[in-house]
Amino acid sequence: MDGILEGFSQALKLIVTFDPDLYEIIAMSLRVTLTAVIVASLIGLPLGAWLAVNRFRHRRLTIAVLNALMGLPPVVVGLFVYLLLSRAGPLGVLGLLFTPTAMIIAQVIIITPLIASIAHQAIRDLWAEYHDLLISMNASRAQRIRTLLWDGRRALLTAMLAGFGRAIGEVGAIMIVGGSIEHSTRVLTTAIALETSKGNLEFALGLGFVLIALAVAVNLTIHTLSGTERASTW
Amino acid sequence: MGKARAWEGQEDARPLLPLELHGAEARVRGKRLLGPVDLTIGRTGTTIVMGPNGSGKTTLLRLMHGLQRLSAGTIRWNIPRAQARERQAYVFQAPIMMRRSVVDSIAYPLILRGMNRRQARARAADWADRVGLGAALHRPAQVLSGGEKQKLALARALILQPEILFLDEPCANLDGRAMREIEAILLDARAGGTRIVMATHDMGQARRLASEIIFLYAGRIHETAEAGAFFARPATAEAAAFINGEIVE
Repeated sequence: MDGILEGFSQALKLIVTFDPDLYEIIAMSLRVTLTAVIVASLIGLPLGAWLAVNRFRHRRLTIAVLNALMGLPPVVVGLFVYLLLSRAGPLGVLGLLFTPTAMIIAQVIIITPLIASIAHQAIRDLWAEYHDLLISMNASRAQRIRTLLWDGRRALLTAMLAGFGRAIGEVGAIMIVGGSIEHSTRVLTTAIALETSKGNLEFALGLGFVLIALAVAVNLTIHTLSGTERASTW
Repeated sequence: MGKARAWEGQEDARPLLPLELHGAEARVRGKRLLGPVDLTIGRTGTTIVMGPNGSGKTTLLRLMHGLQRLSAGTIRWNIPRAQARERQAYVFQAPIMMRRSVVDSIAYPLILRGMNRRQARARAADWADRVGLGAALHRPAQVLSGGEKQKLALARALILQPEILFLDEPCANLDGRAMREIEAILLDARAGGTRIVMATHDMGQARRLASEIIFLYAGRIHETAEAGAFFARPATAEAAAFINGEIVE
């Protein structure tokens, strides 16, 4: 219990004293995770909507694979991206290994199936409700997808926040492709892993509290900005 | 290109009607829901589709509008089918409310057809006023009452000034006042040149609005007649029983 209290007090101390290292790590965590969420949403949301409104051969199989990919082991993704970006790999020439970009790539691979899958489920329900109306109004396929994405925006926000939650807490893949290099690729999760391995358990726990507070703050901010509770019937 | 101009009615100068159905059938997994049906919907008047539950009223409307796949026979508009869809509208029994404000819901069909948002919203506000929703412009459509939702659905359908409007029991579960308001909107639309084809269970409403009655029974047209004649001298025993309020199965 003392260890937990000590961790909590460490977290408070780091925050209120504006510890520069902590804020640098927070900034890097947010930069990597938010970029990954934006890129994954740009891919996953239209993909989910497209899967909901289109009928094609092997559709069920595609959806099953997409759902299965939600459980992708981050370490395997990290290894895969590492092999792609390593000097001997096909994209080695880009020199991206151990950079924030490599970490973003790994996170995009991990969270895109999650965002697409949740989006597909939300849009599928909305499509069942809107189907006759949009067909009756002669909406084109692109117009249907745009309408469903817009009218389903609150459910899609949940998909994005789920992606954010998975990405901000991810450690395995970004450790492999980012390397947790100080002042370069160190983020909250990899810093926690590092401090734990060094035996600084209270400090690691303190960083853990900061990570949780950050996740809660981002969720609250987005919910407040989007007015989710204010207009819950939409 | 045609789509952007369709709401202005410049796409094809020919009238959309008459609509002709020949041997039209609707089947789902081999089970016949309707037909074969031979029917002509002329250019003027109000056609009321009547019949007991399960007689095929909704299927007939959906078939004509193109929401129900045709299993056999033909459905022919006076203009090519692709253009015909642009000039008709449908109001569902349970109005489908989009997750938008009243004004944005009514403006939606115009935006689909390429009108800019500001113009579309101005026109939608005008239509909201006409159907009595002027005070609710910015309320979420989903929180409206049943009658208000149906009025919104009517405004959304009529804003395109369709040549034919299909309505599937639009006043089911509405009280007398809401029904009167909706009938007034329909009479206005008819006066403006919109052909109305409506399914209803309400005998009083059918008497008030119909110029022609189609009576369906067991998936087939049992009787088609001018409204006055149908109510005064029904040609079939089933229609007579239905008019007299007897249980027709």
